[in-house]
Amino acid sequence: MSGQAFWFLSRATGVVSVVLLTVVVCLGMVTAGRRRPHGESATVVMGVHRWLSLGMLVFLAVHIVTAIVDGYVPIGWLAVVLPFSSPYQTLLVGLGTVAVDLLVVLMVTSYLRHRIPERRWRIIHWTSYAMWLAALAHGFAMGTSDQPGLRLTTIACGTVGGLFVAWRLVASHADRERRQEINAQEWT
Amino acid sequence: MPSSPDARIAVDRVLCTGHGVCAQTLPGAVTLDEWGYPIIRSETVPADAASLAVKLCPARALYLR
Repeated sequence: MSGQAFWFLSRATGVVSVVLLTVVVCLGMVTAGRRRPHGESATVVMGVHRWLSLGMLVFLAVHIVTAIVDGYVPIGWLAVVLPFSSPYQTLLVGLGTVAVDLLVVLMVTSYLRHRIPERRWRIIHWTSYAMWLAALAHGFAMGTSDQPGLRLTTIACGTVGGLFVAWRLVASHADRERRQEINAQEWT
Repeated sequence: MPSSPDARIAVDRVLCTGHGVCAQTLPGAVTLDEWGYPIIRSETVPADAASLAVKLCPARALYLR
């Protein structure tokens, strides 16, 4: 494969990764914020949230490996884990690295969820919003201007995700409200 | 496929937030009350179905005894 093919492959898998990541984040918000009970879809949403996050890793791995192997720009293997160590586009590649590091933390803590206090797991899982924003910024700034489709895809992901965040902020918390009601009752 | 051994399930009532996923993944063994919280009809379920249900519980309130 020529170097150019790697470069195209890297951009293609990068944009697929950001789309899949947005879907996973949105499904997580749906699970966290929906009024209950609500039938079969909760199981589907939870299953897709869980397994699509793993499926996204394939695209992300190809995105990272091809960008480095391509060699047209110097990035270096260290930049996979150490943010802001890439000679090429230090800040923008670094945002992608930050997202990868946060993703590793999220994956490991979710895999070990049964061994982590629920409150701590929840706080750690909230960093997925930061991870998603870092990935979006990385994708937006590096989706080069001669390919408006890539940049438009990132903008669309940001818009859809933003709408979900807005919905999540106003979504009711059926369980929490019920617990507060019960707490307010007088014990007899 | 060999029939899987059985497992015993239980719900942590403090963690449960009533998503209703367990009633979907373990039909028959778990039903929901009128507020959407699980009622365990049968503690003993096939182990593979139980482990899937435990993995998919969004509040990780379902566990194996």
